Amino acid sequence: MLKLDILLSAVANGLMTGAVYALIALGLTLVYGVLHIINFANGAMLTTAMYGVLLAHSVAGIDPYVAVFFLTPLFFAFGYAIQRWVIGPASHGDDNNILLVTLGLAIILENALLAIFHSDTRSIDVPYGFSVIEVGTLLLSVPRLIAFAAALAVALLLALVLTGTDTGKAIRAVAKEKTGAMLAGIDVEHIYAVTFGIGAACLAIAACLLMPTFVVNPRTGNAFVLVAFTIVVLGGMGSIAGALVGGLIIGVVESLSGLAFGESLGQIGIFLLFIVVLLVRPTGLFGAKA
Amino acid sequence: MNTTGIFPISAVVFVLAALPFGPLSNTMLNFLSFAMIITLAAQGWNILAGLGGQFSFGHAAFFGTGAYAMAVLQMRFGINPWLAFPIAMIAAGAVGFAIGFLSFRARLRGSYFALVTLAFAEVFRILANTWNFTGGAAGVLVPLKSDPTQMQFGDKRWFFWLALACVTGALFVTHALVRSRLGAHLVAVRENEDAARALGVDALAVKLQAITLSASITGAAGCLYVQKFLYLDANLAYGTWISVEALLAPIVGGLGTVLGPLVGTLVLLGLGETSKTVFAKITGGAVPGIDLVVLGVLLIGCVAIAPRGIMGLVRRRAKA
Repeated sequence: MLKLDILLSAVANGLMTGAVYALIALGLTLVYGVLHIINFANGAMLTTAMYGVLLAHSVAGIDPYVAVFFLTPLFFAFGYAIQRWVIGPASHGDDNNILLVTLGLAIILENALLAIFHSDTRSIDVPYGFSVIEVGTLLLSVPRLIAFAAALAVALLLALVLTGTDTGKAIRAVAKEKTGAMLAGIDVEHIYAVTFGIGAACLAIAACLLMPTFVVNPRTGNAFVLVAFTIVVLGGMGSIAGALVGGLIIGVVESLSGLAFGESLGQIGIFLLFIVVLLVRPTGLFGAKA
Repeated sequence: MNTTGIFPISAVVFVLAALPFGPLSNTMLNFLSFAMIITLAAQGWNILAGLGGQFSFGHAAFFGTGAYAMAVLQMRFGINPWLAFPIAMIAAGAVGFAIGFLSFRARLRGSYFALVTLAFAEVFRILANTWNFTGGAAGVLVPLKSDPTQMQFGDKRWFFWLALACVTGALFVTHALVRSRLGAHLVAVRENEDAARALGVDALAVKLQAITLSASITGAAGCLYVQKFLYLDANLAYGTWISVEALLAPIVGGLGTVLGPLVGTLVLLGLGETSKTVFAKITGGAVPGIDLVVLGVLLIGCVAIAPRGIMGLVRRRAKA
């Protein structure tokens, strides 16, 4: 039953990668749901966060799982500032402008990283990088298992924040009816920036979870851009549950199509799925009818 | 709308055409030739996005198809480049029509359209990178034959003039399009698709014509690229760099204006080269990517301060 083993381990690996994908897509879908903008800088911001983890580890010797506690607030502030003082004012509320401003941000971040760190691919060495545990016949990588659990926890936490707290309610109010929320006394610009900040914070967490097993170069984030968009579209723009399920599906699809067509064609499965979903059901699996 | 007449267009073309007669260094001539290729790609993008309001993030799909068709037709089928050129443009136009048909029929617009074009370009990139027919990851090499009948010129000025001729052609096509019925329909669809449709404009047909024309012009840029560098691989042909260049130039130059893509490309590439040189002087060595950082800042600045681009500033100054 060797074939079944390979298949099972491909699915398990896909699920674990998919959870981190989901985390990256979570920020994107939240920002889309509230601000109705597509953040093209999502990938570049992830790369920036990954370099943050790298720096913390190589300069100060901080473990990625510790770095998460200061990188996450830092990135929240970064995201808040960027939305409040760059994207908001620069785009004059026009959708195409927002696309272009976030594209500009992506170009700046990616190339600033290239200018500082050059194009070398780097990784960090952690003692648990290659440790595995046996589950039945499967060998599961410990850091990826941690990433899986943490990503699910963050999604749950985010859902709780959105339903349970005042800020969360304000975010949902702005997402539903911007003008109404403004009339009810909600500072819409502030809520926009908070939402963008949460999106950036999700990326910081994802970066900390990724770094123990991934490598980084200035263009790493690009690989995640379309994957994250695919998840968001698949799950339905703005749906948190959708992002989670979409992420897991995409992880498995990538892993299985890699198994079927070989590594170099593995990602094509994702893009084809993306195109088909956009063309056939652009509202996604969980999205409301537009 | 835009009112650039035949006269200013011709004046700009004459000045550019006269440049190689002056004391122009080889570097400068190469720069200008490359700028013409990018301009042509940007002119294609400008027709679809500037006039039609459909922002594609994947014009690399058309640039790459034109480039690969040009290279493969010569290498595998021994077709003369002068004949391969129009065939490659048709191939790029066909890809444009197909992508447009699929996405416009599914009523994708705005960011959804941008995303789907990006995904198409990526699919093409991965396919071209793995398929042996296109040379796979090793790419295609077109042999050097300095012979005008092979569209390769010993005197580099001729390549510049050829590229300039293509750009000029696209300038006049855009000029005519702005004044045509199709151009008016395109602008109507851009401003309010539902209203345009209510007035009897066949929005799908209008957008399809625009994307086909747009794709074949950007495809022509791909053909010129192959003839200039005589080498092509999947990342050059279908990489995001060309999609970004093709959209940056018209936005900086002036979205939907006839001269915008040309002005934008010259300014962008000029600024990029200048900032590379300046930063290399300051830091005492080449700083990779610094030119693109400057361009990114410029893009955001343009969107924030000068949404009508350089041509908009020129026009405002002219009126004041």
